[in-house]
Amino acid sequence: MHVAILGNGVAGVSTALRLRERLPDCRITLVSGESKYHYSRPALMYVFMGHMRFEDTKPFEDSYWAEQRIELLRAWVTEVDFEERRLELHNAPPLSYDKLVLATGSKPNRFGWPGQDLAGVQGLWGLYDLKELYDNARQTEHAVIVGGGLIGIELAEMLHSRGIHVTFLVREESYWDNILPKEESGILNELIREAGIELRLSTELKEIVDDGAGRCCAVVTGEGERIDCQLVGLTAGVSPNVDLVRESPLAVGRGILVGRSLRASLPDVYAAGDCAEIETPEGERNLIHQVWYTGKMQGEVVADVIAGDEREYRPGTWFNSAKFLDLEYQTYGRVGLRVPGEENLFWRHPGGKHAIRIVHKEGRVIGFNLMGIRWRHEVCERWLTEPATLDHVLDHLEEANFDPELFRRHEGAAREAFRSALR
Amino acid sequence: MIEERLLAYDYDEELEGFGEPETPLADEPSLSGAEKGALALVGLGALSLTVQTAGGPLAGTWPGLLSSLGLLSLGAVLFFWTSLRDTTPGIKHDGTFFRSLLTRGGLGWLAGIVMTGFYLLLYWFPASLGHSDAGEPTGLIRVVDPLARPLTGYPASQWFLYGVLYTLAILVFGVRMLMKYRHNRYQRLRTVSVFVFQFAFAWLLPNLLVKLRYPYMEFNGVWPLKNDYLWPDKVLGFVDAGAMGKFLLIWALAAALIGTPVLTYFFGKRWYCSWVCGCGGLAETAGDPWRQLSNKSTTAWAIERWLIHAVLVLVVLTTAVVWADHRLGLFGSASGPLKQWYGFYIGAVFSGVVGVGFYPLLGNRVWCRFGCPQAALLGLFQRVFSRFRITTNGGQCMSCGNCSTYCEMGIDVRAYAERSENVVRASCVGCGVCAAVCPRGVLKLENGLPGDRFDGSDRPLTALTESFRRPDIYGYEPWRAPEQPD
Repeated sequence: MHVAILGNGVAGVSTALRLRERLPDCRITLVSGESKYHYSRPALMYVFMGHMRFEDTKPFEDSYWAEQRIELLRAWVTEVDFEERRLELHNAPPLSYDKLVLATGSKPNRFGWPGQDLAGVQGLWGLYDLKELYDNARQTEHAVIVGGGLIGIELAEMLHSRGIHVTFLVREESYWDNILPKEESGILNELIREAGIELRLSTELKEIVDDGAGRCCAVVTGEGERIDCQLVGLTAGVSPNVDLVRESPLAVGRGILVGRSLRASLPDVYAAGDCAEIETPEGERNLIHQVWYTGKMQGEVVADVIAGDEREYRPGTWFNSAKFLDLEYQTYGRVGLRVPGEENLFWRHPGGKHAIRIVHKEGRVIGFNLMGIRWRHEVCERWLTEPATLDHVLDHLEEANFDPELFRRHEGAAREAFRSALR
Repeated sequence: MIEERLLAYDYDEELEGFGEPETPLADEPSLSGAEKGALALVGLGALSLTVQTAGGPLAGTWPGLLSSLGLLSLGAVLFFWTSLRDTTPGIKHDGTFFRSLLTRGGLGWLAGIVMTGFYLLLYWFPASLGHSDAGEPTGLIRVVDPLARPLTGYPASQWFLYGVLYTLAILVFGVRMLMKYRHNRYQRLRTVSVFVFQFAFAWLLPNLLVKLRYPYMEFNGVWPLKNDYLWPDKVLGFVDAGAMGKFLLIWALAAALIGTPVLTYFFGKRWYCSWVCGCGGLAETAGDPWRQLSNKSTTAWAIERWLIHAVLVLVVLTTAVVWADHRLGLFGSASGPLKQWYGFYIGAVFSGVVGVGFYPLLGNRVWCRFGCPQAALLGLFQRVFSRFRITTNGGQCMSCGNCSTYCEMGIDVRAYAERSENVVRASCVGCGVCAAVCPRGVLKLENGLPGDRFDGSDRPLTALTESFRRPDIYGYEPWRAPEQPD
């Protein structure tokens, strides 16, 4: 059996490695036009900032793939012939397969802004975007970033580290407040400004101005203000990258439509990671999960399903983490979802750089947010799965702490604040 | 349809890589007035030092010492203080891989050559530093003479000079560490610790022993790193030196026989390597800027395992031979050359010239990783019989690789973190930088229960034999998301 995997990001690679574990004899080809070897996409920013070299972003030694007998093919796929089970490749002979796994990732959103296709306007998702950033940054003294999410702040930090003046346009009235409660979001507004990044809240992009030679030279905001710049970063979220199969017989919604076992609409075709849109027979909203660990889990589910197990993607308790400039953030469970009947406890250290939020409902915990404090995944997951009572959690905050040894501990102060808020 | 710009993308990242982005504003000089002032002090100190080394005025006086090494150190301390003071507290690695000095560029090689050269002069051409067997010291050594006489009762030697420079280096770069990691209490306390141990245990007290005519001993030195502390010459010297001598002997024995296994059981080898040891102290302060240069490949790991354990075997054999020779006269005169050989190749060439001189070329823990028999011994305990491990926080790792990049011991920390396995490695010195640079809070150095470190860690002997067979597999039950409806 020959399994072709399209995309060598974490979903594709997790599929390949698990598949090799499960089926020692099958032929596995990892196809990517982006890079020769798998690298860690979240680490792109560190390459630009000089924290790491590109080779340091590769989780495996180059020799590993041959040892695992995973064939690597560096080529762009231009078309999938589902009938003949064949991939048409750009500048390479076609590749036949028996089973196909689509792990094509995401692409930055572009909302039809005038000027969005000018030179100097770009998103940040893949290695090709990083290369473009190197090219664009060459003549940039002032950059405008549009869209206040995780990639936006990363891009701002990257450019800022190179002495580029960054104006950060955020449509919402507070940074990332569609995901974060207003207190956490407020902390980040402060943090971004302290770092010397110009944050413009409640500011929309109206158009990007052409310098007459096809390159951006300014943006105009919703209020008509013109901001001169040489680079525009579009970071208003990402969507599943379905360019390749949009016009094919494969069922595509926002992403490639799959079931919980990640089978797509045609036989022997699967999708995993950012590009998959999981239909939920339960009648809820379809799932598009676009973080590292869900890509990994989905890749492993696909491999198991190909190996003959009837497995389903059930990610369990939601969690995620990020680092905003110098501030770490973790989230577990249901926070900021406005669950009916939820109540919130929030504590912020007077110094401002540590915060804990506990979301509870009917005396049981349902979610946690942490800023500048690390919590232990295992403990959070146990508490949220049981679910533990709020009382128990408040009595055992220390159990969850995952800060480095010898750090000042804040459980005492937080507990006191929580208890007095409850009284 | 796939985008045209992607079809046109054929950049060879493997061949051409991604270096420093060319950006128009990044190259502007950004030295503040305070930083310039601090550098001026460094310059003045260096000038004064040069003049005095050449035998000019003030040489051999207190004003001379203060205006040279004193100003140099003060200026350097102020420079690090002022340049880091205005940054926001947090990991500051911007541009690390763009700097020639830090990435084996021209400046890196220059630093390596200068540092190696100093060790060559120190070990084999001390006369060039001003040492003279008969008379008064001259040159560079004479600069520290006013400190040496009251402290040790003797004129300064090249070793006294070395001790002063070593301690000053830990002080100056210790201040840099304190500022760089001022958001991280583990790093701050650890840096204070290595300085205190160097200043008091390795410099002040040993020099007082010299003054009081007791046998020389560094109180943070342990056999087998200080290989001769348990060799007959030294031991007999202790025995003949009265009550103080007996105390020193008991100290040396206790450190090696009790301290090593017991403290390592409770805290891992870090209690020594990154909190107490002098070599570790220098590596963690003056060496910190070069930690990213350690080789992370599995090949380097294989070389490490062979080399460091070979040195351990060698020092144990040499110790056995010198004692057998001493007690029984078994090997005739063989132990003499063996001692000399060990002292030359391991003590001087490996730990000194390569170990420190090559910081800018191979990273700051070359000796600790590939050569130190003490690290090898502590590592065996840490691997199989200890409570220490680096815990991985569930499924939070996204494989960015900061941990591996900044591991001075060349451990591919990410390989464990991305599989949600604990890091239990003989070589880990517990510096804590992986946990500090991790952007997702994935890593935590901990002393937990021995049995939950990795699958089978409650059976240390089996773990030891297993580790010889397949050292890359630690099989601790990885974190898996529980299957549940969401």
